[in-house]
Amino acid sequence: MTENTQYLSAAIPEVEDAGEKRAARDHRHDLWFKRTMQGAAMLVLLLLGSIAASTLWGGSLAFSTFGFGFLTSTEWDAVNGHFGALVPIYGTLVTSFLALLIAVPVSFGIAIFLTEVAPPWLRMPIASAIELLAGIPSIIYGMWGLFVFGPFMAAHLAPWINDNLGALPLIGPIFQGPPLGIGMLTAGIVLAIMITPFITSVMQEVFRSVPTTLKESAYALGGTTWEVVWDIVLPYTRSAVVGGIFLGLGRALGETMAVTFVLGNAHQFSASLMMPSSSIASVIANEFSEAYTDLHRSALIALGFLLFVVTFVVLALARLMLSRLSRKEGL
Amino acid sequence: MSSNENLYRVRNLKNKIAMVLSCGATAFGLLWLVWILLTTIINGIEALNIQLFTQMTPPPGSEGGLANAFYGSFLMSGIGLLIGTPIGLMAGIWLAEFARHSKLGNTVRFVNDILLSAPSIVLGLFVYTAVILPLNSLTNHQVGFSAIAGALALALLVIPVVVRTTDEMLQLQPSTMREAALALGVPQWKLTLQIVLRAAKAGVVTGVLLALARITGETAPLLFTAFGNQFWSSNVLKPIASVPVVIFQYAMSPFDDWHSLAWAGALVLTLFVLVLSLLSRLIILRNRAS
Repeated sequence: MTENTQYLSAAIPEVEDAGEKRAARDHRHDLWFKRTMQGAAMLVLLLLGSIAASTLWGGSLAFSTFGFGFLTSTEWDAVNGHFGALVPIYGTLVTSFLALLIAVPVSFGIAIFLTEVAPPWLRMPIASAIELLAGIPSIIYGMWGLFVFGPFMAAHLAPWINDNLGALPLIGPIFQGPPLGIGMLTAGIVLAIMITPFITSVMQEVFRSVPTTLKESAYALGGTTWEVVWDIVLPYTRSAVVGGIFLGLGRALGETMAVTFVLGNAHQFSASLMMPSSSIASVIANEFSEAYTDLHRSALIALGFLLFVVTFVVLALARLMLSRLSRKEGL
Repeated sequence: MSSNENLYRVRNLKNKIAMVLSCGATAFGLLWLVWILLTTIINGIEALNIQLFTQMTPPPGSEGGLANAFYGSFLMSGIGLLIGTPIGLMAGIWLAEFARHSKLGNTVRFVNDILLSAPSIVLGLFVYTAVILPLNSLTNHQVGFSAIAGALALALLVIPVVVRTTDEMLQLQPSTMREAALALGVPQWKLTLQIVLRAAKAGVVTGVLLALARITGETAPLLFTAFGNQFWSSNVLKPIASVPVVIFQYAMSPFDDWHSLAWAGALVLTLFVLVLSLLSRLIILRNRAS
């Protein structure tokens, strides 16, 4: 650009001034434009750092008061100022694990259906319908869980589970409990419904990225649809599928409203899935606006910090695994 | 020969079972959607009336509506979009136009993707510790829980959505268009704002609509930023009601008339969010067709 203007200016001296001025002005404007845009992008980086820093700072009182015991104590007593986070941590992990246990096979089935089984005209409407599930606000899931699914659990599923699974040796005790309708199992099921669309959409997207020639070769050798999916498609997309599952896990860990409605906010530790419990997010949602001592508030913010760190690790792993497939595609 | 046939039969059977299970999984997934939507519609329509939009949130046992909550949600979503959209747009422009393959650009993309699915309740805690507490001590406890804090929390949810869609949509624009403009001597900022951004307008608008759909249903970050208010308030420095928070409080209460108000609010909220997501899908489809 500068070379051009120099060349021009040599030929027509009177244009020199205006042209050069204009080039300099444009250059200055471009520089400022770029800097402003970059500033906004850096704000995104800063945001992540400040979320971690401010929740760590807000939770420092609880961390310094209870030390490592904050993570290992099951006692949560707002009146006497004892706060141990083991029950909410356990509740968060168990409900998320239950959610994955249900959502992963279901999502896998739907993804196979959408990519291999369904006739083309049916794919679009069903994929949209499943994605609608992802669009429903989480508070609606919570209300539905509390008023509709919870009572349904209590009346139909819980007695059956008690009678059949509860009688099994070894794993029996985790299925025994009063048919309350709310509890870790209900929360796990509601969470599973919520994360299914996320996992499904990642799975079907990566399944679709498998080269058609690869699948056609397998079909030409006489493979069945199932064999093609299990032996060709899945190995090809393995890391991205795991990434999608982790993405769902990240959602499940941090989900607040749906869980708060159906978990029962109990601070007693219980091994049974039929009993009420609490999760990190539900404790914060339930208690934060009623926390009057600094220590209580700090303990809740410390819980938030833990949740943020754990979901950060899970989501970062998810992204790394998802990007591995796209790199393979690039080759 | 017979062992071959046996093998074939087993493989065929396995395949049939897998296909049936896959159809079953799809039916299972759709069942929940139908169940949840039907309950919301049936319970919501029963409680739907004109008072919902004209009267304030009532104390238990008396008639009322959700007018102040609708207004609060409208106000906070509006401010949240006004704050979040420009920032997201600018960051997205930087990613697509200046940092397409750079290391720093990829780091920002990575962090943005994490923020996209970060737990929203932690964003509420962040706004509480980083905005409300300092504001509270600066103003001598005059300003604490407030509509502006709630709007800020919502803006933090808007940013990653807009960054992502802007980045993607701008990258889709053909480089020949950029080169043509540059060859005519157009400065970079004009090229970006008046040519590339204009060409990607539909996609960028979709991102904003998706962000709006996301924040209208959000409850967790508002619980301890905007808090709630039983009365009409338009002061951004005071606590304000919002539809999701009112639904949460009313649904958790033991009163039947509060429950039915919560269902009515839930119906309006769900319809609004679903219409928004259908609308954004339509925009994408129409754009792809043309």
